[in-house]
Parts: sequence; structure tokens; C-alpha cells
Amino acid sequence: MSSVGAALPGSADDASTAGRAGPRRILDGAGRDSAAAHALQRTWSDKPGVLGFLRTNDHKRIGRRFVVTAFLFFLLAGALAAVMRAQLALPDSHLVGPDLYDQLFTMHGTTMMFVFAVPVMQGLSVYFVPLMVGTRNTAFPRMTQCAYWVYVVGALTFWIAFALNTGADAGWFAYVPLTGPQYGVGHRADLWNNLVNFTEAMGLMVAVDIATVILKMRAPGMSLRRMPLFVWASLVASVMIIFAMPSVMLAANLVSFDRTFGTHFFNPAEGGDALLWQHLFWFFGHPEVYFIFIPALGFVSTIIPVFARRPMFGHDAVVMSLIATGFLAFGLWVHHMFATNLPELGKSFFTAMSYMIAIPTAVQIFCWIATLWTGRLNLRVPLLFVLGFFFIFVIGGLSGIMVGSVPLDLQVHDTYFVVAHLHYVLIGGAVFPLFGILHYWFPKLTGRMLDERLGRWQFWLFFVGFNVAFFPMHILGLQGMPRRMYTYGAETGWGPMNLVATIGAAVIAVSVLLFLVNVVRSWLHGERAGDDPWGADTLEWSTRSPPPPYNFAALPVVTSRQPLWAPRPPDAPTHVSGLSAEDREGLVTTVLDALPDVRYSYPEPTVWPFVAAWAVYAWLFWSGLSSAGMFWGLIPPAIAFIGWYWPSEKETTRQILLDKRP
Amino acid sequence: MKNANRMRIPVVALAVLATLYGCERERRDFGPTPSGATAIKSMRMSDLFPGGSDKTPAVDNRYDDNAYALAEGKRLFHWYNCTGCHGEGGGGSGPALMDNVWIYGSESENVFATIVQGRPNGMPAFGGRIPEKEVWQLVAYVRSMSGLVSSQAAPNRDDAMHAKKPESEVDRQRPVDVSTPRP
Amino acid sequence: MIEALHNVQAPGGVQAQAVYHLWLLLLAVCTIVFVAVMAALALALRRARRAGAETRPRVELLERREPAVVRAVVIGVAVSAALLLGLLGASVYTSRTLAGMPLTDALHIELTAHQWWWEARYDDPAPSRIFLTANELHVPVGRPVLLTLRASDVIHSFWVPSLTGKKDLIPGREAMVTFRADHAGVYRGQCAEFCGYQHAKMALFVFADEPEAWQHWAEGQLAPAAAPRTALEARGRELFETGTCAMCHAVAGTLAGGRHAPDLTHVASRATLAAGAMPNDVAARTAWILDPQAIKPGVNMPATRLAPEDAAAITAFLGSLQ
Repeated sequence: MSSVGAALPGSADDASTAGRAGPRRILDGAGRDSAAAHALQRTWSDKPGVLGFLRTNDHKRIGRRFVVTAFLFFLLAGALAAVMRAQLALPDSHLVGPDLYDQLFTMHGTTMMFVFAVPVMQGLSVYFVPLMVGTRNTAFPRMTQCAYWVYVVGALTFWIAFALNTGADAGWFAYVPLTGPQYGVGHRADLWNNLVNFTEAMGLMVAVDIATVILKMRAPGMSLRRMPLFVWASLVASVMIIFAMPSVMLAANLVSFDRTFGTHFFNPAEGGDALLWQHLFWFFGHPEVYFIFIPALGFVSTIIPVFARRPMFGHDAVVMSLIATGFLAFGLWVHHMFATNLPELGKSFFTAMSYMIAIPTAVQIFCWIATLWTGRLNLRVPLLFVLGFFFIFVIGGLSGIMVGSVPLDLQVHDTYFVVAHLHYVLIGGAVFPLFGILHYWFPKLTGRMLDERLGRWQFWLFFVGFNVAFFPMHILGLQGMPRRMYTYGAETGWGPMNLVATIGAAVIAVSVLLFLVNVVRSWLHGERAGDDPWGADTLEWSTRSPPPPYNFAALPVVTSRQPLWAPRPPDAPTHVSGLSAEDREGLVTTVLDALPDVRYSYPEPTVWPFVAAWAVYAWLFWSGLSSAGMFWGLIPPAIAFIGWYWPSEKETTRQILLDKRP
Repeated sequence: MKNANRMRIPVVALAVLATLYGCERERRDFGPTPSGATAIKSMRMSDLFPGGSDKTPAVDNRYDDNAYALAEGKRLFHWYNCTGCHGEGGGGSGPALMDNVWIYGSESENVFATIVQGRPNGMPAFGGRIPEKEVWQLVAYVRSMSGLVSSQAAPNRDDAMHAKKPESEVDRQRPVDVSTPRP
Repeated sequence: MIEALHNVQAPGGVQAQAVYHLWLLLLAVCTIVFVAVMAALALALRRARRAGAETRPRVELLERREPAVVRAVVIGVAVSAALLLGLLGASVYTSRTLAGMPLTDALHIELTAHQWWWEARYDDPAPSRIFLTANELHVPVGRPVLLTLRASDVIHSFWVPSLTGKKDLIPGREAMVTFRADHAGVYRGQCAEFCGYQHAKMALFVFADEPEAWQHWAEGQLAPAAAPRTALEARGRELFETGTCAMCHAVAGTLAGGRHAPDLTHVASRATLAAGAMPNDVAARTAWILDPQAIKPGVNMPATRLAPEDAAAITAFLGSLQ
């Protein structure tokens, strides 16, 4: 197939602009090893060393940082779970007292939800969405860079506080009045509020960036109908984050005001309402599980076509289902509050909504099964994890139908039945696809393949261990065991099932260890992967493994939903050319049909986002502890943002020149 | 590199200090007071001393920095009906506790003795009625009402009707005793 | 410790029974759906030919319509939606059943949850027949019970699995729960909303007695404390009234009138101590009085330094409070 490039209007290649003023620059558009590619390499590389590390806004480096950091916290939170299971293995155990146990389950839940699950999904989006849509970087790379540092310092603060006996201890949902000024003794609840501020700021920043790159910077020809399903999932999740996260930030800050300034938002004696917290929190909390789950659905939709060797059956239906799920997720939150004294008929409405959201999920499941049924299956580890996802997530979804019914929920709410349900949907629905996609994308991330045998062992140990650990919890809940208990008496009869669950947890730990061994060994000595070891269909596989800093030597033109599989029409161009290879330039396209629109100058790498992250951190941390900090703490961010936005004459001059012609 | 090594000692020292401070504020002490822990040798009742200043060391009530103990003290202040005579600290039939005037002394051992021994004109002796550890918690809370404890550990507002500024917002006052002439 | 029923699948009353039927229906439908979906997946795995990364992908399917597959998926979704609608109907029907339990001649109890014990106030139109107890409810078999639920500090949740679903007790709000015990026996409940250090040990026992037995119990609870019969009990009562106990606890008919801790007027008639944490025997009572923090760390009751003979006296006095 000959490589035909189309010249962008207004570029140097465009005959109509020949002869205009300005020095001639090298343009992109030629092949991989051309002078243009070398120029792109020079332009897009970061300086080596610590300074380059801090200044980079390469979405691949930042995305990788998100994933690695999130995984470290996954291990830490998992270790806490191991301690909890050790404590609960036997009745009347004295391994861990109530104070430490309360901190353990709070840190475990908060870390897994806020510090692991959302950042890892967003991190993978940051890495792979620009590659999948065929562009060179995300839309606001400095903002994502800042988001990473805000996330890291926030998460570290939270955990260092735990080491200093100031770990949050009132559950990951931190109900008032237990976290209020009277019963939330000390500063533990303040550290929780701070973490929420940090991670939600990060989430919002990354979500805006991802949504923008998806809507405005896709490769020419990648209309919305031709967009890959993971990109759709990232878009839906990002928009959900933008609507949901302000609710929890607001709630956490209202509690912070109650604790620090003596306001009365949640004080019934002065006109406040303890239930207000639950509404605000769960209005965020329910969509949150979906913006962990929807990218995972995107992972499954990415893996299945490749490993069934056919396009996704019902692609449009899957897209509609993703969007419907995103909408409906905002109408379910009261199902976490069925045990309160809200009106009964109103609660039944939320049962109806909770059942309704099962329908788009069912559509996706049936489309996936149909794709597998009519495909030709390459039974490698990524597909194994997807099969594990089916088994576990369907159980979780069905137990969700059970807890979604008001009368039954009044029996199983706040018991181990719910613990089982949430782990089935979160681990089955998010972590299994996550491991699958990591096995799938590892070659693209590192240039090496993960070991297949270790991967299979990891899968089977995780699958068996998970079911042994969590299935008995359904039974424990029905037998009357509530959540968040540091111990229980032998006379309750809960001992045997708890012991089984602890054994399962140990097996899970072994499987995670195997994964770590696999990653480290493969990173160092794994089999080298080419551009496209899986024979896949999306654009990230058309470039090197790992991709060069500029992603593509020439931005591709997309003519079908499976750009790497479908034959191109003979007269269609394969790529566009005309962006400057000596400046960081990208292409903005229209929203619906991705027609080239304007050329976009990416910001240069700078250390200001790193500085700004620390400044924002200082402000949020200080204001969480004292009233003076709320106001005086604004000075560092003010300075940092002024520095960040201060225009650079050199850059402005260059951009004006590029505007006229490259 | 040399500079980095020099920084290491102050950084470690800071970390250790932070650890100690953080640990004390957040410690939850569920055990009983160890026996013999509170042997009060002597107490000063006044600022007036013949022949120079007194060198009696004050007993350090380690609950002054402990958020849990201060919160417990606040709870017990209401449960044991201290509010019946002292109100929320503004006084009533008993003297105000949130001002800077201390009839029998403001140091921890003085307040402890006041609670345990009782005082003329209506303060009951709670000696055999409140366990020693709880008395120390009350001592710390009473002192917090005039800002004499760490404001980071002092309690915040109650989930009740708004009666006064929370103890964590109170400015630290300089205690004076009745021997100090007042205008 | 006493044998008690605490299982959603072992209903002892009409409310739990209705929920149990709904549970069986949901379990049946969800199991069938699960088996069907897994069967479809297993069939798909068996049917499909195997392939490798280099196998040519079937891109022609982008253009081709697949009517048989479309039909199968549409039927699957339609059946799922129909089942969901049916289950929604069953859920709403059960809700209405629970709300429609007849309340004629209901026994009214006001339950206030504290950190980490339950205060029960048996209501009566005649004020002199109102009495207080703690951590243990007795209800007559076959008579509806109406509980008014309040919380004094943080959010708790009242839950007795074999009798009824749970209800949160939220400060500043008043909730209600109704149930009826249809079989005599002992039912165990527990606080089901995380409420602090001792949330794990905040149990509650509901004794469903035959009506005459319940009447006898209620009359007993109305009476003030029994007079001490031995010198040891008298000494214990004296220590109780003049020592730390009376600062928080009340025993009707003595000088002890504290309102912040469980009412102990008839403590010896209860099956357990400390909200179900211990059996109510002499050894447990003594250990609890001397150091409650060793059994329930963080609980509001302090350790009391007592000479052994004084501890024995107080324990004996409490043992006399039937």
C-alpha cells in the first residue's frame, strides 16, 4: 500500500501558500526513519535526569507514573486487607485492637477507591487515549502533569498520617456525626477530607484533559462512529467524573468547615442534617463505582475483538449502553441509604433505577458473548482475564439486583453480603479486566511481552482465591454478620466461614506476588515485542513498542472503525503531513467527523506544574487544620499559578510565526 | 551531594519530632491510670511567696496534648453535671471556668486537687466518685476552656445548640490567681 | 452464651418471613440467569474455532448484517428486562406488605442507641407503667411491636435478622420499625452501622415470650430494686450509691440516679452483660466492673480500682437485682 500523505491547508506543503514569509521548517509526514522523524525525536524528547523527570508533560510518562503509583498503593491497601483477614480468621482474636482495626478498614477502602482505582483507570486513559485517537499528546498536558503531583503528595500525606497514628478511622464513606467536630476526635477526619480534596482535584483535572483530547484532537477521519470503544468508555467516565466529583469535594469541605470554623451544616441542633452528608457523598459515591467500572468495560471491549479475531458485534449498541450507563448511574445513589427514614415510595423509585441500569449492562454482556460465539478465539492470558471477569462480574451484578431491592437490602445492608457484592463487582468488574489489559498493553508500554505461563498461574490463583475468599461472605451476611467489626464471638457461628475467607485471601496475595514477579522479570528479560504482537485493530499498535515520544511520525488518517484491519479505499490518504517537526504541534479536528480544523501548539515542558501541585497541597493541607490557613495558604498557589501562566516571549513569537506558516 | 548529607540530620530530627507530636495528640489511651502515676508532692496555691520565687515543678498532665482525653473530658463535664453549677464554662452558682481567674490555681495539680478534694462554698469532693484517670481528663478539659492546652488537640464544637466558642478557637489566656490585685 | 437465632434465612416473625420469600424468589431467578449466561459463554467457548494473533480478522463482518445474532441478543435483553420488571414488582409488593403489618394493640417501645449500648423505654398510656431497661427486649409472641428509634450521639442501626430488616438511628431524626414475633424464642440483633470503637460489640437480644410470661416479666421490670438480703449485698449497695457507679447508673429504689449508662434496676434478670459481650454470670460481672476496657476497649465505662472484698460486694448487690 503506498503511503500517500495529504497536505494540510495553510502548511508549507500547500501550494496555495507558497512564497509567504517565514523560515522554512522541517515538517512531519515522512516515514519512521526520515529526517523528519529525527527532528520530531529531538523536539519531543525530554531532557534527561531529574529535571527532565519533573518537567515532562509527555502523556506516556505521566500515564505510566499514574499506573505505577496506583499499583504501589494497591499493594499497600492489599496488605492492610491481609491484616484484617488475619484478625478475622478466628473468633475473639486479639491480633488487632478496635482502634487500629478501624483505621485498617478505612485506609483500605479509601485507598482502593480514591488512590488506586480511579487513578489507575485515568492513568491508562492518559497513556492510551492519545495513541488510540492518533494524536501526539493530551490536550492540556501541563494540567495532567500537575494532577499527578497533587495526587502523589496527597496520597503520601494520607499514608504518612496513618503511620503517625492519624489515619482516618471512620470508614471510607466517613459518615457524620462520627467524623463531625464532636465525635471525630483529633485530626484523623481532617486527613480524610484532605485526601478527598487532593484526589478529586486530580480526577477533575485529568477528566477535563481526556474529554477534550477525545472530542477535539482525534485523527482526521476518526468520526465518532469510528472511535474505539475504550475511547468511548474514557469519554463517558471523564464526563461522569466532572459531574460527580464536585459533590464529594463539597461534602468534604462542608465537614471541614464544621470541624475547623464551627459551622453547623450537619448539626441537627442548629438546623443542619446528618443525612445531608449521605446524600452528597453517595451522589458522588455511586457514579464513582461506575467511573471505575466503565473504563474496565472499555478494556473488555478492547480485548474481545482482538482475541476473537472479529469486530465487536453490536458496536453501536455497546456505545449506547456505555452512555446510558453513565446517565443512569446518577439516579441510583439513594440505594445506599435504604435503611434511613426516607419515604418508602421514594426508595422504591431508586430500586427501579437500579434495575434499569442492569439493562445496558446486559446489552453489553450479550454483545460480548455474541462476539465470542461468532469469532475465532485466541485463548491467551488477556482473554482468560476477560472470561474471569464474566464469571465474577455476573455474580456481582446479580447480587446487586438482590441488594437493589428495598426489603431485601434492609436485611443485607451493612453486612458481609454487601462486602461480597462490592468485591465481586469491583474486583470482577474492574480488577480482572485491569490485569487483562495490563497483559495486553504491557508490550506497548515496555516493548516486552509478559510471561504467558506466569500469567496463567496468576489468573487461576486469583480466580480461585477470590471466590474462596469472597463467596462465603454472602453466607456470613445472611447469617447476621455486620460490616466493620474488629472481632466476633465464637457463639455466633461465624468462625468457619471467616477462616475459609482468610485462606482465600492468602491465595489472592500469592497471585498478586506472581504478577509482580512477572512484571519485574519481563521488564528486564522478557521476550521482545514488535509493533503489534497481538494482531490488533487500534491505532496504538501502528507505532513502535514502546512508542517514540512523538507517538506517530505522521498523524494517521482513519477510514474505518478497525484502522489496522480494514482495507483502505484506494484513493484515501494514509496520513496528514504539514505540522512542524521542530515545534510541538498537534492537530485539532471537529467533534463529529474529525475533519482537520486548526493547528495547535502544545506547551513546552516546565517545572511550574510540579511547583503548583506543592503549592496547592500546602494550601489544602493547612486549611484543613486551621482557619488561618484557608486564607493565608492561598499565597503559594497564587505565586505558582502566576509563574505557570506567565507568558514567555520566545514561545509567543514562535507561535505567531507558526500561525502564519510553519 | 555534600549539602544533601548535611540536610539529612535536621530532616530526620524533624521527622522524629513530628512523629512524637503526632503520636501524642492522636494516642487513644484505653487503659486505667497506672497506680502510683500521680503522686502529687506539693502544689502552689498562690503567686505570693515569702523570700523569692517557688521552684516547685508543675506536674505535667500528659493529657494536655491528647485529643482523645480532651474529648473525653468534655463528655464527662456534661455527664457528671459540672454544667449544673459552672454552665458551659461561663459560671452560674459556681465560678466561671473559661476566664483567666483561678481561685485555687490553674496548674494541672491544682485543678486535680480542686476536683478531688472539693472546695468551700459548694464544690463537692469527687474523690471517691470519679476514677483518677477521668479526673485527669476533666482537668485537661477545664484548662482547655481558657486556652491553656494545645489548640490542635482541643475539642471542636459540640453537635448541640451553639453555646460558646469551641475550645480550639479560644485564645490562650494568662492565668491570674486571687492574690493578684485587680483594678 | 445463650443460643439465639440471627439468620435472615430463619425468620421468626411476619416481617422477616416476607423478606425471606422475596429472597428465595430473587435467589431462584438470579441463579437461573447466572446459569444461562454461563452456559451461553461456555457454549461460545466450545463452539468457536481457535486462532492465533496472525489469524486473519473477519473484517467483512463490518459490512455484513448478522440477523440471527441480532435476534438472539434482542431476545436476551428483552427477557432480562421482563425479569427485572417482574422482580421490581415483587420488591414493591414486599415493601407494601411490610408497611401494611396491622398494628392493633401494638406494644410501643422507644429505643435510643448510645455508643455502645441500647436504651429501651417501654411506653404505656399510664405513666406509672413506663419502665426502662437496656440491651435486652422482651416482647410477647403474636403481638405487633412498634419501635421508635432515636440516636443520642452518632448513627447506629437496629437489626434483628430473624425478626425484621434494619433501620438506621440518626441523631436529629426519628425512625420507626414494626415487627411481630410469631415464634417464641431468643433472637439476636446487632448494631449494623459503624458507630465507633465498640461497634462490633453492640448486640441486642430480643426474647419472644408467651403472653403470660411476658406480662410476668413486665410486672417484674416495673418493680423497684429488691431489698438486699445479705450483709454483703447491703455493703455492695452502699458502695454503689456512694462510689463511682452512681455517677452514671441508676437503680430505681436506691440513691443511684445516673442517666448516662444502662439502667441496672433489674440487671441480674438479663441474659448477657455489656450489650451482649459477655454472659451475665458472677465472674463476668466482676471482670467487667474492675476493668471494662480490657473487654471492650474504648467503651465509656472506666476501670474502677476496688479492693477485692468491695468488688465482691458490688457484684453480689448487682446479682440481687432480679
